[in-house]
Amino acid sequence: MTYAKRFDGRGFEELRPMSAKVGIIPRADGSAMFQAGKTIAYCAVFGPRDLHPKFMQNPETGILRVNYNMMPFSGHGERVRPGGGRRSKEISMVLQNALLPVLNLKDYPNSVVDIFIELPQTDAGTRCAAINAASMALADAGLEMKDLVCAVAAGRVEDKIVIDLNYYEDSHEDGTDLPVAMLPNSGKITLLQMDGEITREQIKEAITKAKEACKKIYEVQKNALKARFAKV
Amino acid sequence: MYQELKTHLVRALTKGVRYDGRKLLEYRPITVEYGVSASAEGSARVRIGGTEVLAGVKLDVGEPYPDTPDQGNLMVNAELLPLSNPKFETGPPGEQANELARVVDRGIRESKCIDVKKLVIKSREKVWSVSIDICTINDEGGLQDAAALAVLAALKDARLPKLTEDGQVDYDAEKTKEKLPLTKDPVEVTVIKVGDQFFVDALTDEENVIEARLTAGITDKGLICAMQKGGSLPLTVEEIDKMLEIAQKLAPTLRKAL
Repeated sequence: MTYAKRFDGRGFEELRPMSAKVGIIPRADGSAMFQAGKTIAYCAVFGPRDLHPKFMQNPETGILRVNYNMMPFSGHGERVRPGGGRRSKEISMVLQNALLPVLNLKDYPNSVVDIFIELPQTDAGTRCAAINAASMALADAGLEMKDLVCAVAAGRVEDKIVIDLNYYEDSHEDGTDLPVAMLPNSGKITLLQMDGEITREQIKEAITKAKEACKKIYEVQKNALKARFAKV
Repeated sequence: MYQELKTHLVRALTKGVRYDGRKLLEYRPITVEYGVSASAEGSARVRIGGTEVLAGVKLDVGEPYPDTPDQGNLMVNAELLPLSNPKFETGPPGEQANELARVVDRGIRESKCIDVKKLVIKSREKVWSVSIDICTINDEGGLQDAAALAVLAALKDARLPKLTEDGQVDYDAEKTKEKLPLTKDPVEVTVIKVGDQFFVDALTDEENVIEARLTAGITDKGLICAMQKGGSLPLTVEEIDKMLEIAQKLAPTLRKAL
């Protein structure tokens, strides 16, 4: 089968329209919004702050805690029961691993940096939007960072490698979803997942194209951060 | 909260002075935005000053409850999201979230704002289920009034989804143009008492010194459709009457933002 034209008419390596805003939640220490097509992620960062329960405290370093949550009305189809399940637990964990490498929490023993991610509407690519929002929010919180983190889902639909899958591509029966997060300056990858059948060559092609796409996301993030701190 | 700050706030409020310069019976600027979640059948964002609340409506087909076989189903839930206030935590809804949802629910349900009889698809068998979720984005006080307004706006924004041939909701198809059968515009006004003064639209710090509060649901005809007294101090009949008068007077301010 040949995937001749994408469902939404985009080029195969074309990202969905993006927008980003930093400082959307005044009560948080840092916050940001990232939108890709119809997927929107809000992120708030609190801390470093006291960590409870106490047994989780680490006297050698502060820890990062991520909570990913879909709002009950944000799913494709039926209402999502609040409280989260195994899916959101796993995503929270991989997000934590994707973001931790850019942070230095050694100066904050026994404390925690909390990242809360909420999605008001979704159309695939939520974990990538979450990472893009979270890395801006961490910067907004004034934390020491080695780099930003940019993420996008690459994938395969029929015979084509595509970038930034939407819901219909993501749930295509002959398709593969391959989300990637990378550090734009070193090119290193901090999140990699995949589901669906694919060859090794195609994986290489997908990751290479995802890297190119991440450069564009990096520009969007930088511009949003500059806009936040521009002199009035 | 520091005792000194508390004393200072109470003293200022009893003199009619608020530290953001507002009058006692003055709301912060109120804005309403519709259609903020494409995934929901109806949604709205309400901002009252720095406070921001989202409400989303999901519509599904279900069975009616046995005691109301000829009425649609209605449910209101609130999530005090931990991203909106450093004091909110993850986990199941606590007391405050529960009260918030229940008081909004009462205002909508008891005003009969939704004509639930028109939500019946097939008597005793199939009805529309209206699930409303409130999500707080930024809490700078006054969540109750903001949530009630957001829910009303989301209900107004809602459009029925298409049904498949076997009568299930077809979420892939575009929504129809049909709206929910709404008959009234109930809003909620929370009036707060400190000392011998009454005020509305409390900031977070002001909420911390509340002695007594009264939330009243007010319909567009000025009728009272729900009440909830909060705070630990008792109120006199005269005070309740005065507070309801204030609520009736200010309800149009909220409704105007719709």
